[in-house]
Amino acid sequence: MEETLKIVVLVKHVPDAQFDRHLGGEGNTADRDESILSELDEYALEAALQLAEARGGSKAGNQVIALSMGPAGAVNAVKKSLQMGATEGVHLTDDALAGSDAAATSLALAAAVRHLGGVDLVLTGMASTDGETSLVPAQLAERLGLPQVTFASSLEVDGGRLTARRDADTSSETVEAPLPAVVSVTDQINEPRYPNFKGIIAAKRKSITTLSLAEIGVDPAQVGFAGSWTTVTSAEERPPRTAGTIITDEGDAGIKLVDFLAAQKLL
Amino acid sequence: MAKVLVFIDNPGASLKKSSLELLTLARSLGESAVAVNGDLSDDVAATFAEYGVGTVLHPSVQDLGDFLVAPKAAYLAAAAEAAGAGIVLLDNSPEGKEIAARLGIRLNAGVITDVVAVDPDGTAHKSVLAGSYNTSCKATTAVSVLTLKANNVVPGPAPAPTTPESATVEVPAVANAARITAREQKVASGRPDLTDARIVVAGGRGMDGDFGPVEELADALGAAVGASRAATDAGWISHDAQVGQTGKTVSPQLYISAGISGAIQQKAGMQTSKVIVAVNKDAESPVFEIADFGIIGDVFDVLPQAAAEIKKRKG
Ligand SMILES: Cc1cc2nc3c(=O)[nH]c(=O)nc-3n(C[C@H](O)[C@H](O)[C@H](O)COP(=O)(O)OP(=O)(O)OC[C@H]3O[C@@H](n4cnc5c(N)ncnc54)[C@H](O)[C@@H]3O)c2cc1C
Ligand SMILES: Nc1ncnc2c1ncn2[C@@H]1O[C@H](COP(=O)(O)O)[C@@H](O)[C@H]1O
Repeated sequence: MEETLKIVVLVKHVPDAQFDRHLGGEGNTADRDESILSELDEYALEAALQLAEARGGSKAGNQVIALSMGPAGAVNAVKKSLQMGATEGVHLTDDALAGSDAAATSLALAAAVRHLGGVDLVLTGMASTDGETSLVPAQLAERLGLPQVTFASSLEVDGGRLTARRDADTSSETVEAPLPAVVSVTDQINEPRYPNFKGIIAAKRKSITTLSLAEIGVDPAQVGFAGSWTTVTSAEERPPRTAGTIITDEGDAGIKLVDFLAAQKLL
Repeated sequence: MAKVLVFIDNPGASLKKSSLELLTLARSLGESAVAVNGDLSDDVAATFAEYGVGTVLHPSVQDLGDFLVAPKAAYLAAAAEAAGAGIVLLDNSPEGKEIAARLGIRLNAGVITDVVAVDPDGTAHKSVLAGSYNTSCKATTAVSVLTLKANNVVPGPAPAPTTPESATVEVPAVANAARITAREQKVASGRPDLTDARIVVAGGRGMDGDFGPVEELADALGAAVGASRAATDAGWISHDAQVGQTGKTVSPQLYISAGISGAIQQKAGMQTSKVIVAVNKDAESPVFEIADFGIIGDVFDVLPQAAAEIKKRKG
């Protein structure tokens, strides 16, 4: 008999990169009006679903819990995860969380993971598509005192241990760690599924638990703008790049390219 | 004066340019110490002296490299305390950021990644949202941990060399770190490193399985080779070459984009390049919106002709 797993997948809701994204307001935070489930977290969710399915899915007692921390709209990231196949959703939300940096985010998420209890594996995306710091997974692991494997491009779990592969520039590594552990996965690990009609209907019946800071025992002063360890003191939009000279090849464009490089002193 | 600790993992036979950049920045901010892991060659020790390093710290254990980052973060936290550091500087590699992440929690220190410059008061500058904003950030804690992007500091030795002291730092035990059980070395291409190359020539789906013309032009220019995800997913070139949101972020003096449409995820990794040249046969490709010099044409005509012309001019 395979062991059953209780997996938490961290899903973030982020501004859609297909539109112009803006910073502003208190602390120069991102405007989240057009927000979606961070694309890179879909790979973590898919990895969790595959691990659960290989062990008989929810019928056999495997749990895939999508956890998102954020304002009201963040529940959409949880809903999309339920449609893809997560068994339950958790939305950690509290006004005091606004403006949390990675350290404060990891503190709140660590408390939420502890609150859920008995978690075997926390899976995350390789980076959020807005913050792009990749700090949260390692900080979460440090706070929970767990081993972490970041940027996993493959992941197997067997007998209370995980094996993962990581590709670095000069080498590829095989990594092993005991569970529980925190693992962030890359976009090389799988091809995330689309929610199908059945999944969308089934999601409506799944429960989403809303948690406040009080419920997970976090002092509001430790998170948000007040509890963060970094502040953004200014943000300036870079002038967008403008198109330069465009030519159509008439048989000598390669030469013209070299002329351009020579004029720019780039040869 | 502020004390600044620089982490250099496996310095090897001689220091990489990005390490020299860290040392130069550290010296501009205060008194610098280095925490190394791995062997210290005479050559590297001499460079530390030239770059004005005051103290060189070593870990009490030799096996930090067998584990994923947690023990390195524990070592560095102890080293930062030993050195009384107010700023800890690391490189901006995935591993550098990860160590920084754990170190930040251990030291109750704010962490700022992707830093391009640091003011004397510790304010760090970085660009966010795929290069669309320039921001200034500051850690509000006693210690700040910063990871520095390559190619943003001009490395230079100190006006007067130092005679660094050497000390050993006791590494606290870390239970349950992930262990590296096997490592496969990749074959080196002999070309410059993508993240700090001065010139990058990148190919996309338009290369249709043949990266020869991209490599030929790259070699004529002494450039690194990059690629879009479409090209790496197709297996035409190694995944290490991928530029973009889930690949590398590059900001070279010159980025030549060949047969790449310029999707938002690709732009995220290259739009802070100084000069962008695009070759694409479709005039409607979004890459032309950000190109300083665009050629509507076939990569299999334009690239070989340019490579031949460069070789001719260079004689
Ligand atoms: C989560 C996620 C992460 C991603 N991360 C990245 C990333 O890090 N980096 C990245 O690049 N992409 C990334 N992508 C993929 C990205 O969305 C695009 O699909 C990809 O960049 C397209 O690659 P391409 O431009 O080579 O291919 P295409 O979009 O197919 O464009 C090929 C271009 O080549 C031109 N062409 C064809 N033949 C010729 C010829 N003979 N001569 C001249 N031009 C020719 C065509 O006109 C076309 O413009 C990511 C996607 C997702 C969902
Ligand atoms: N507010 C959040 N809610 C849920 N998960 C998050 C949140 N912030 C970060 N994460 C997770 O941490 C990963 C890395 O994020 P980051 O460190 O911001 O680049 C993301 O891919 C998510 O899986």
